[in-house]
This record gives sequence, structure tokens and C-alpha cells, in this order.
Amino acid sequence: MSILVNKETRLLVQGFTGSQGTLHSEQSIEYGTNIVGGVTPGKGGQTHLNRPVFNTVQDAIKEEEPNASIIFVPAKFCKDSILESAEAGIKLIVCITEGVPTIDMLEVKKRVDALGVRLIGPNCPGVITPGEAKLGIMPGNIHKPGSIGIISRSGTLTYEAVKQTTDLGFGQSSCVGIGGDPIPGSSFIDMLKLFEDDDQTKAIVMVGEIGGNAEESAAEFIQSNVTKPVISYIAGQTAPAGKRMGHAGAIIAGGKGTAEDKIKKLRESGVHIADNLVSIGSKVSEILKS
Amino acid sequence: MNLHEYQGKFLFAQYNLPVSKGKVIFNASDAEDACNEIGGSKWVVKAQVHAGGRGKAGGVELIDSAELATKFAEKWLGKRLVTYQTDENGQLVNSILIEECTDISKELYLSAVIDRDSQKIVFIGSSEGGVNIEDVAKNSPEKIIYQGIDLDNLNNQEDAISIAKVLRLDDVQTKQFIPMIENLLRLFVEKDLCLLEINPLVINKNGDLHCLDAKINIDSNALYRQPDLQEMYDETQEDPQEAEAAKSDLSYVSLDGNIGCMVNGAGLAMGTMDTIKFFGGNPANFLDVGGTATQERVTKAFKIILKDPEVKVVLVNIFGGIVRCDLIAEGVVAAIKEVDIKIPVVVRLEGNNADLGANILSEANISIHSINDLEEAANKAVELAK
Repeated sequence: MSILVNKETRLLVQGFTGSQGTLHSEQSIEYGTNIVGGVTPGKGGQTHLNRPVFNTVQDAIKEEEPNASIIFVPAKFCKDSILESAEAGIKLIVCITEGVPTIDMLEVKKRVDALGVRLIGPNCPGVITPGEAKLGIMPGNIHKPGSIGIISRSGTLTYEAVKQTTDLGFGQSSCVGIGGDPIPGSSFIDMLKLFEDDDQTKAIVMVGEIGGNAEESAAEFIQSNVTKPVISYIAGQTAPAGKRMGHAGAIIAGGKGTAEDKIKKLRESGVHIADNLVSIGSKVSEILKS
Repeated sequence: MNLHEYQGKFLFAQYNLPVSKGKVIFNASDAEDACNEIGGSKWVVKAQVHAGGRGKAGGVELIDSAELATKFAEKWLGKRLVTYQTDENGQLVNSILIEECTDISKELYLSAVIDRDSQKIVFIGSSEGGVNIEDVAKNSPEKIIYQGIDLDNLNNQEDAISIAKVLRLDDVQTKQFIPMIENLLRLFVEKDLCLLEINPLVINKNGDLHCLDAKINIDSNALYRQPDLQEMYDETQEDPQEAEAAKSDLSYVSLDGNIGCMVNGAGLAMGTMDTIKFFGGNPANFLDVGGTATQERVTKAFKIILKDPEVKVVLVNIFGGIVRCDLIAEGVVAAIKEVDIKIPVVVRLEGNNADLGANILSEANISIHSINDLEEAANKAVELAK
């Protein structure tokens, strides 16, 4: 098994014909992802990357029956694109775009929750189940089918964790970038639940960073609900307070959201801490072999 | 993006929130006219900087003659105000807000933020105003209310009444408070705010509510649809290197150390800083060069990093995802030649075509330490910075 995506995933690309949509769709198709078509308003009826283009998600659903969508449209159109997909009946939406206004996300999050739609992102690398489907911008070749579930707020940090677990031979069940924004569609907890229930996953790597208290909430959840070992790395131990570190959500505000607090809470909850970026893989190894 | 107090109050006035009659001046010679225009015989003069703690630092004064307003403006305009919230260099004062004087009978606290936990806009209110709210939260949490707002129901009077109770408002003030909360919410949503703080919100001698301060932070991601707010950006309040980086769409934060960092991805950039620290060094900056790391962006990034005279070595850490490492390596080599860098550069490339990238770096005939392993690369940078 795996989580969220697999060979059965029939993917629709929103913003299919744009430069980002094209580049990453090509890579995903090459990886073996079943992209059934795309949406670009005004270009319905055309063919792109040998796949049909539709004007609306609704049209695409009628013809191709996609069960997931990925969004590459510019930030100002993301709210409408997510809602269009959610309201048309797509149950898994991955939004890659960075820079979506937070007020938009407050509205979107409420709506997708009410509709029972799972949203990953925005501002994320996407989701991959190695060897089956790649819904995102991550480099496919560093992944390997295996036993580690990876959840992260950051793109390139996820790649580090992936590379290290691949090099050590563990591989990954699935990897999910939940994104670096203050209001993400899915939380660490949402993904922890899925990995806990997934037979293929033997251990979970959770890569967090400063800002907010998603890691603290996850720690509490892990303590009482997760039986599998969780290994965590938290970025931003040297970040100054009050400064936004690239990601919209990565900011220590009012003394809250420091790496130190998060690490303390995670440790207290039984999570194994990789005390530095280069030792994520070796920590996994240490825990699984003990 | 932060606003100045006078800009925040301008927005407050647009949303029918009670603010003092006032005028902002940029030249000391305008102070007297401003006082006369406002009228009365007592004024408050406030230095405008993006930092709190201005009063204690001498940046706010009560005056009773227009001449004193001129003197205050002469004293502060063009100078830097150092408060407990700024660094030791302080913030440049380039405007002064002159306001009519308000007789205060009680100081309260009111703010609104986007709460990441409940995924709602939350109002924070307290009967203790004019002080640091974090201290109140610590010492007397019973005096604070956190009221989440349902965005589908912006005219919900019950929320306002709940807050009013904690603020211990009387019936008349509560009647003023209900539309006030409504207007603040409209402002928050329509102008894409991240934070709105009125500290203090006061009850004046007439028993009326009055906004004595205004602190506003706007969601930078939404500035594209807030052109009037975008114009309020004051570059002088930002770190000059950070402001320049922002112009090139690079995310940069300066730090105290001497190892310059150039990394793709915000998370990895933080992780790289931490790794340097872990191995005994000190990072000079956070810099996310972005996913593409083209020659142009790398060149700009080097220029920004090298403006910091403390930097003794630069560590470039790129995880080539979609972008191939050989292309990145070519960009790095060209950038180093163009910028004519005199200090050592350690480059770690990982991901797609990392080997090809390493070859390009080592054959480039410039002084680059090409190290594939991050731990080794960080250690090398630490050693070179000593």
C-alpha cells in the first residue's frame, strides 16, 4: 500500500498548458503517472502532451473521470481553481503554487473541509508514491519504493530526507510536502493518521520548521495515536525571532514557534530527534535496527 | 509588510474607526502649520518607525506649543530611534505624526490575527492596555479573551459582546464596540491583513472608545491586489540588504556570523544555517536563491552576500531537483567569474547530474571547493572561516 496516490490515480492538471504545468506534467508522465488530461480555460478541445485539454474541471470529469488534480495556476487564481475542482467532485487536490493570500486560504480550507476534499499545499512540492505516481515537482529519481513515510513543510528538505533514506536502502512508502504556508490544506496530523494506517509504512519521518505550532500539535497526536516510530528534524534552530524565513509560515512571532520548543515537545512525546540535517537517514537506521 | 502608525490610522479613518485628528509631517518646517490646522493647545508628537517601545525611547512627547513640535521634528527627522524592539542601530525616522491630545481615563488592548491553529481570524482583547500583551498573557491570563470569528458570519454581535465583557465596557461603550469590531473585520479581510493591533484602545474622558495607536501588518502575498497599500511601503524601515534582495525576488535575512549561505529552498536554507552552527561555525545570512538557481539569480545572490563585510567564506548548497546540477554548476562558475570573488567558496551540489556538476566546478580553474557531502562541505566552510 501507500497513501494518497498510487497506480490507480487518474490525474487532472489545472494550468496544464502553462510553462510550469507543461514542464512538470512532462516529468510526471515520464515517471509513469497517469495524467488523463488538463484544464486551461479557453483552450478546451486542444491536445497537449498527447492529452486532452478542457475548459473546466466539470468537462474533464465527464470525459476522463479523474480522481485527483494538481494545480499550477498563478497564486491569484488558486482559490478559484481549488474551489472549482472541489465543487466538481475531485476528492484529492494538490496545489503547488506559492504565494496564495492567507485570507483566500481561510475560505478555501473551510470549504474543502465541508466538502470532504483533501487538499495538499499550497506552496508545496506535492505527493509521490515511489514507482507508482508523482503528483508534484520533486525529482523522481532520488526516490525508491520502500518503508519510510515522509511528511514535510519544505520542498528541498524533503529531498534531503528522501535521498538519505534511499541511500541507506529503506526507500519510501509515500512522501507528502504539506507546504510552508500558515494555513495549509492538510496538516502533519492528517498525514500521520494515513501513515499510521498504512501497512507498507514502517517508520515516519516528519520534517518541521519554525513558526506556528503544527509540530507541537503533531507531538501530542503522536503520543496517543501513533504506534510507529517517528523521526523528526526541525529546521530553523539558528533563525532570528520576528523574521520571515522564506516560507510565509516560517516566523517566530511573540516568542512562539521556536525550534527549541518544538524539539522539546517532540522529544517529550516520544519522537526521535535527528539533531541535524545530515543525520536524518542515520537516525532512521538507528531506530529501525534497534 | 508593516505600515506606519499614521498609515494605519488613515485606514482606520476609512473604516469609520475613531482616531485622533492628526497630520503627518516630513519636514520640521511644516510642524507649526500642522499644529495650527489641528487646533487646540496641546498635541502629541510621535516619531514614525516600524517598531514598538517608542515612548520609552523618547520618540513620543506631549507638547503645549507649536514651537516644541518644530523642535521635536528637528530633533528626530533623519535620526534613528533605538527602542527595545529595534537592533542597536535603530530605525530611521522620516516622518512625525502630530495629533490632538486625548484625555485618557482607561487603557485597553485589542488586536486581531490569523490564528493558524483554529484557522480563523481571532480577536484578542484585554482590560489591560498600553502594556506588553505577552506579559499580561503570562501574569494574568484571566484578563485576556481570544475570540475566533466565523468568516461566514461577519455581523455576529455575540462575538463583539463577549469581547466587550472582558474589556469591562459599559452599555454605551458596548454599543460603540459592536460596529467597531464589524469595521475592523471588514478592514482585516478587505485589506488582506495578517495583524492588526490597537494598543492602547482607550476610553477617553467622555467615556468614548478611541484608537490611540495602530499597528498593521499586511500579507505580502496579497499585495498584488492592494495597490494603495503597496504604495505605503517604506524601504527605509527595512535592512538595506534585505530590501535589495527583495527587489530581486530573493529571500534574504542577515545574521551575525561570517559564513555566507546560498541555498535553494527556504527549509534547506534554514537547515544549512543550522548545520553550520552544529559544526561550530556561524552563518552570516539566510538566503533562498529559489528553485531555478539560474546564473542571473546566483550572481545577484553572491553580490548581496558579499555586501556583508563580515563574510569570510560562502557556502553554496543546492539540491538540484528538476534543475540539473550541471546547469547550476555552469551558473555558479559564471557568477563567480562575473562578481570576481576574492574569498573561498564551498559548493555542494546534490541531485540530478551532481557528478557532472562537480566536474564542471573542479575544471573551472577558479578557487572553488566542490564537496558533494553536506557534512564535509559545512565542516570545510567552518574551517575556512576561522
